[in-house]
Amino acid sequence: MNKISLRNKKEKRFQLYGKTAVLVAISFLAILLFNIFSTGISAFKQTYVAVNLNIPLDVNKSEINPRAELNKSFLKMFPEIQSRTERRAALSLLSKGAKYEFEELLDKNEGKIIEGYHWFLASADLDMYIKGTVKRQGDTAGRIDENQMKFVDQLESKNLIELQSNKYLLSSADSREPEMAGIKGAIIGSLYSILIAFLVSFPIAVMAAVYLEKIASKNKFSDLIETNINNLAAVPSIVFGLLGLAIFLNFFELPRSAPLVGGLTLALMTLPTIVIAARAAIKSVPPSIEEAAIGMGASKVQTIFGFTLPLAMPGILTGTIIGIAQAIGETAPLLMIGMVAFVVDVPGGPMDASTALPVQIYLWADSPERAFTERTSAAIMVLLAFLILLNLTAIYLRKKLEKKW
Amino acid sequence: MTEKLKLSIKNLDVHYGDKQALFNVNLNIMEKEVTSLIGPSGCGKSTLLKCINRMNDLVEICKIRGQILLDSQDINEASQDPVLLRMKVGMVFQKPNPFPKSIYDNVAFGPKLHGMTKSKEQLDNVVIQSLSKSGLYEEVKDRLFEPGTSLSGGQQQRLCIARALAINPEILLMDEPCSALDPIATAKIEDLIAELKQQYTIVIVTHSMQQAARVSDRTAYMHMGELVETGLTKTIFSNPQHEKTQDYITGRIG
Repeated sequence: MNKISLRNKKEKRFQLYGKTAVLVAISFLAILLFNIFSTGISAFKQTYVAVNLNIPLDVNKSEINPRAELNKSFLKMFPEIQSRTERRAALSLLSKGAKYEFEELLDKNEGKIIEGYHWFLASADLDMYIKGTVKRQGDTAGRIDENQMKFVDQLESKNLIELQSNKYLLSSADSREPEMAGIKGAIIGSLYSILIAFLVSFPIAVMAAVYLEKIASKNKFSDLIETNINNLAAVPSIVFGLLGLAIFLNFFELPRSAPLVGGLTLALMTLPTIVIAARAAIKSVPPSIEEAAIGMGASKVQTIFGFTLPLAMPGILTGTIIGIAQAIGETAPLLMIGMVAFVVDVPGGPMDASTALPVQIYLWADSPERAFTERTSAAIMVLLAFLILLNLTAIYLRKKLEKKW
Repeated sequence: MTEKLKLSIKNLDVHYGDKQALFNVNLNIMEKEVTSLIGPSGCGKSTLLKCINRMNDLVEICKIRGQILLDSQDINEASQDPVLLRMKVGMVFQKPNPFPKSIYDNVAFGPKLHGMTKSKEQLDNVVIQSLSKSGLYEEVKDRLFEPGTSLSGGQQQRLCIARALAINPEILLMDEPCSALDPIATAKIEDLIAELKQQYTIVIVTHSMQQAARVSDRTAYMHMGELVETGLTKTIFSNPQHEKTQDYITGRIG
């Protein structure tokens, strides 16, 4: 009687330990996610300033100097400005990128009169103040000084400052100006890298797994290979970066910073993961099915491609997606092959210089500008979204393929 | 009974690595008869059966010495292709193992694999005939395209028999085909065996002596890798020559 109550108590205690462990793990995850979201969500909005434009029809738009014209229009809104210092203070509220938006506006309205208020991108300093990332202390806020604050207050009182959705974040590549910096280049670079990594590693790994599991004879040599594949999966990723640097850049002389090289390097890294997963999946195919096929006179290859691989495919795909998800978040090997460059263009192909999402996060996290902090978190959110998407794909594929009995 | 020799096993030794599984086995199997192999677990019945369609080729450490003559041709000769052999010698396994495909595709697998049919109609005919031969057609004719694994255990085993029959073999090997089935399903399979021996030579491994007595014309008793005694089933069960056989069939060992 006593023993049983002791045993029950022990069981309760053990359950409690388990629940506590799960709770701790979940709360850490919650803290992480909350932190990233609360910092990053503001990066999806961007401060805009309205400028009163008045460009008559008879002006030849191709002869306009866009920056000078925009500045002129902006300064007209503050007739009280006298000194050069004041002028510069006012103009610094607009982003350097505002002139591109103005150019675009001119192009779009070729042959029309442009007048009235139009929204232009504000500088990162103003953006930080409007979003409340930097707090106002008297007449200053962060890098906004008293001179600038005058104009900010004027603009705000006339409702000429507004938060709009940030169209740069997802549609442009990196920039020195935080307000114009985006992750499109990094996303495209990552996608190219992952695509190449998948195309290279998946067939090689599956074939290697099939050979090792089904065709190769078991001896000391195959044991050695098996041990080494398992060891390869545990090699630090930066070592694969060095390998990629030595082989693809120095020996084959492929272009630096290219997603092609990044993908090949990531393929090297993913290879052992997929081989191990594929071997486990192949091993778990019931031998009775293969025996039946052999007994019917199917050859070894017919059996492998007709039964073993289709039955092992859900497991192989799950392992592959885990490997790819690992590769998509990998930074170190990409640093070694030069994908850490400051690239302002969205790559047009796998041979163009590019960064990748995790490298972009690394670069922005390293940047002294306050405005890059929220963009770092936003980029992490996008990366997490990609990972979730990949995992959902894995679950979907597994469910779908397993249904086919 | 025709008394025509179909398969002759001569001086067969089988080694798995260092372990010898069969010792100098000599056995003659007659055409269109049911020969059952009985004996205690680990006596080498299944090993012998697997030698007949060279399933032991898959086991790397397996070494075979001696002759297995199918219609006076040694099946282990280098010129003999195991694929052609397995077309002549079909096999049904202990556990029903239908392919993860539809009932139709299970049966159509062999004919398609060996290119035995030229048209869809021909293939349909082969499938229907094979399913009829194994007594399954009436039960599944409305759901030919449902998965083979959706059938009951006994039906699955008959599906496996239909699958083996679809490539029209000469010999059918059965490795304890009823050991995973209930008595009713077992009875159906036994009836089926009695019917099938009109057309096929059947070798069956079984643990059940009653089953051997019911279905087989000849019985071979094996013990510790040796073939102890072989003869007409009636004789073996009523008047065994060897003491070991007698001990086994009276239940003293095994």
